[in-house]
Amino acid sequence: MPRTVRDVVFVDGVRTPFGKAGPKGIYHETRADDLVVKAIRELLRRNPSLDTARIDDVAVAATTQIGDQGLTIGRTAGILAGLPQSVPGYAIDRMCAGALTAVTSTAGSIAFGAYDVVVAGGVEHMGRHPMGEAVDPNPRFVSEKLVDESALFMGMTAENLHDRFPHLTKERADAYAVRSQEKAAKAYANGLIQQDLVPIAVRRTTEEGGEKGWGLVTADEPMRPGTTLEQLAGLKTPFRVHGRVTAGNAAGLNDGATASLIASEDFAREQGLPVRMRLVTYAFAGVEPEVMGYGPIPATEKALAKAGLDISDIGLFEVNEAFAVQVLAFLDHYGIDDDDPRVNQYGGAIAFGHPLASSGVRLMTQLARQFEEQPQVRYGLTTMCVGFGMGATVIWENPHFTDAGGTK
Amino acid sequence: MSTTTAELLRGAAELFPDEVVTKAHIRHLDLPKGAGRFALITLDNGFDHTKPTTFGPQSLANLDAALDEVEKEAAEGSITGVGLTGKPFIFAVGADLKGLELLKDRGDALAIGKGGHEVFKRLAHLAVPTFAYYNGAAMGGGAEVGLHCTYRTVSSALPAFSFPEVFLGLVPGWGGCTLLPNLIGADRAVSVIVENSLNQNKQLKGPDVFALGIADALFDSQDFLEQSLLWTAAVLTGELEVARPDVDRGETWDQAVERGRAIADSKVHGAAPAAYRALDIIASVKDGDLQQGYDAEDRALADLVMSGELRSGIYAFNLVQKRAKRPAGAPDKSLARPVTKVGVVGAGLMASQLALLFLRRLEVPVVLTDIDQERIDKGVGYVHAEIDKLLAKGRLNQDKANRLKALVTGVLDKAEGFADADFVIEAVFEEMGVKQRVFAEVEAVAPEHAVLATNTSSLSVSEMAAELKHPERVVGFHFFNPVAVLPLLEIVRGERTDDAALATAFAVARKLRKTAVLVKDAPAFVVNRILTRFMGEIQNVIDDGTPVDVAERAVEPLGLPMSPLVLLELVGPAIGLHVSETLHAAFPDRFRVSPNLKAVVEAGKRGFYVYEGGKPELDPEVAALLRQGDTRLTEEQTRTRVLDAVAGEIRLMLDEGVVAEAEDIDLCLITGAGWPFHLGGLTPYLDREGVSERVTGKRFLAPGVASVPA
Repeated sequence: MPRTVRDVVFVDGVRTPFGKAGPKGIYHETRADDLVVKAIRELLRRNPSLDTARIDDVAVAATTQIGDQGLTIGRTAGILAGLPQSVPGYAIDRMCAGALTAVTSTAGSIAFGAYDVVVAGGVEHMGRHPMGEAVDPNPRFVSEKLVDESALFMGMTAENLHDRFPHLTKERADAYAVRSQEKAAKAYANGLIQQDLVPIAVRRTTEEGGEKGWGLVTADEPMRPGTTLEQLAGLKTPFRVHGRVTAGNAAGLNDGATASLIASEDFAREQGLPVRMRLVTYAFAGVEPEVMGYGPIPATEKALAKAGLDISDIGLFEVNEAFAVQVLAFLDHYGIDDDDPRVNQYGGAIAFGHPLASSGVRLMTQLARQFEEQPQVRYGLTTMCVGFGMGATVIWENPHFTDAGGTK
Repeated sequence: MSTTTAELLRGAAELFPDEVVTKAHIRHLDLPKGAGRFALITLDNGFDHTKPTTFGPQSLANLDAALDEVEKEAAEGSITGVGLTGKPFIFAVGADLKGLELLKDRGDALAIGKGGHEVFKRLAHLAVPTFAYYNGAAMGGGAEVGLHCTYRTVSSALPAFSFPEVFLGLVPGWGGCTLLPNLIGADRAVSVIVENSLNQNKQLKGPDVFALGIADALFDSQDFLEQSLLWTAAVLTGELEVARPDVDRGETWDQAVERGRAIADSKVHGAAPAAYRALDIIASVKDGDLQQGYDAEDRALADLVMSGELRSGIYAFNLVQKRAKRPAGAPDKSLARPVTKVGVVGAGLMASQLALLFLRRLEVPVVLTDIDQERIDKGVGYVHAEIDKLLAKGRLNQDKANRLKALVTGVLDKAEGFADADFVIEAVFEEMGVKQRVFAEVEAVAPEHAVLATNTSSLSVSEMAAELKHPERVVGFHFFNPVAVLPLLEIVRGERTDDAALATAFAVARKLRKTAVLVKDAPAFVVNRILTRFMGEIQNVIDDGTPVDVAERAVEPLGLPMSPLVLLELVGPAIGLHVSETLHAAFPDRFRVSPNLKAVVEAGKRGFYVYEGGKPELDPEVAALLRQGDTRLTEEQTRTRVLDAVAGEIRLMLDEGVVAEAEDIDLCLITGAGWPFHLGGLTPYLDREGVSERVTGKRFLAPGVASVPA
């Protein structure tokens, strides 16, 4: 039967505020699945014209699919959120690019014509599920030297990236981190972040984190506005003695969830849903696992080539800030300044946090807001590095684009 | 202002050292929409939902202290509102009954009432609005604390909201009687406080709470607190105005109270004071004078806490909530054998009802046998029809209905039906020879491990088992009619019944969700023996010459669910006669066989009354049959004679070891005969009326059990 590839659009995205993992963190006593459920419900509340029975799938990513992140979380979260039983769901894992992959996988199905609209998102409760929980790497990885031992420890891979690019110094990484905090604080001051956050009621039964009882979380916990270079200079380098990677120039260990609505453009328009971004293409690429932070570069190369675009066509970048050095490597590769205003305008994961499998949709939600504000921009991209040596890039077109000034 | 309250509560707390203390945690948060800083109080006793949050004096003091803090913040202007919610699944379930049981004098009871009022009232008088978020179960004082708040929201998943006070023998005395009618009108308040409470403590669900107007907003459970706080923000910023319908303070108020009295009369016949006290208060707050209502609540609460009815109510509540779950004298659970197929001998109405019950609760194959195919088909047909009714009511889905229907079968040949049954119950004609023959037939074909159970209401289980090869596996399994309604199951241990058979019987009873009480193999066991003694004595009094109406009215002050002769009609005069004959054979000096009853049965009458005008009138045909003596007793004399007889009988039963303790007698009467909470079954009433001591020289229960401690 003849097929027509359909345009896929990003309708809307929301997320929970991100929390710090651990006993003092805001979500210490909150289940991961409940975070997903609340994000999905907010997404649907914001888009009341969508008949929920029309949702073709619920794709939810988590890196550690155990306990409250297990049990095929896309399906269980759908039921818990009150979606009709007829709406199916599944779970996805591509570590840090989980939610991004939830979007691209379902987008592929939409383009192909199998789906009209989906919920795609991700969650990671790194407090309840610390990185590496219950992993069992095949011993051949080490015995046959398939990867360096450092490949399993993300901080070490970031140190390896510093080794590979000696000119990407700790000072540059720290300076980048300070700017990320500044931009995030400014975005908060302008109300650009809060508009896409769903408030979460959180309970605390121990004194450790402060007042007990039920509270309400309405803002990201990890933010450190006012961070200075001096403060960062003094931090420990936990992954290597005399190393360069610190808690200050990397994303932390975090808890949070995201959800987005992805649809065919025709369906969105027919249902009166907003069209915030149009998917151009996406690509994933593998690199040496011990320098996984390099991943966004080949992924972006691949995506640009497929789209027939040049890096100079991209007017806005949302690069996940797992580590400052990984962002710098990307920018350096493309000859983009460390402080280029097109990059991470609202700040990034260094400020907001990076609950692994949830982050991809945060990048998209922020890019979508920037598209709205900047109709002179035609293309933007979201990109992230992924554990075990991968990169992921999605290129988006701004549906609000008006070629008034002839700029790109 | 709370110094006196604090002192009051400190005093009360000393009386109740074992209180499970509820904390009132305050947490501050920033409301959305720029609605400002908010203080959210969480009521939490530190346990999970299986131990619901309650209010004892320490708990009230904790809430009081939390209110001190938020009151200050509200006055300073550092918060814009105060909220109140509970731990997961539970808001709060009211006063701690253990604390009430300990109260010895009226002054202390008054202090508890006043203490609650003084603390809760503060929620209505802060400088900022207050919000209750009914997130989960809210009962009694838990429901009441929310009524004092300015606004309320409720979760769609809230499973239980009620004022169980009247059911127990109290009034909602921490503002409920006063605030609820002023919030939702007297008629709805009467439904919630009196009608639901007297209707076996019926619970409201979240959507009902909203529909009744008790809560201002209803939110889904998934993000109930988030949405409640957003709603709060909208209310505080003025974005949302909360509109409530005006309460009708006209004639409908009085009519509502009258309706309440009619309900109370039909349920407790004036015999228990709680409902009437609650209605008096509801009537008195028509003008909206809250303080006057609170004072009336304090007085009512103090009076009722010191009443035998309330103590009996709490005692009865504990029997059905606790003792019923751990049957006294039951053997170790691990001895029970699995039951994967059930046989029912007989396919008559009783047998068919039993088949349906086993089928629904055990979900194993159930096979009916009878003497001809027609009866079998009728029995299976009955079960199928009942399943269809449940399906139509939405109590079962189609898959479950298909499954259950496929599980029930009927065969003529016992060998075919029972060869692999683990549990066979007989419900055939109530005659020893018939039952012995049935068991012999069953034993010949059923597996050796199968438990043989009899639903006999008065025959000896030991005698029934005597001729069998394996009498150790025979147990009495005596249900009460209507089987689907009355929870009691008397499990009878025959002389030779072994622990494994008994344990299996208890395990099955548990799955059937019945209240199992272990009973010795004594004539008519517990309920029928007491009821027969009770009704027999009424009958004797009538036979001796007291008019029927005088005899009937004599026991009205007990507030039984129905009069003795109406009960006899329900049981069936023939069965009543049969049981009295059995008991007469066993205890001829105490149980007479009434010639009048015999005459009524022989005349084929189904009862003593006709109901032409709706009210029971003595059937003239029955009146014509009656041959009475010339000893006319007064109501009081009749009552004394009846209660004395019953007290004596219960004493004998306990001495014979028919059950372990008086508590079991009461549990049986409550769950098998529907005898009311305010009597505590019966022995608390006999104790408090002095009957026990007069007749037997001692009480049934120690002072302080179901009575005010000395």
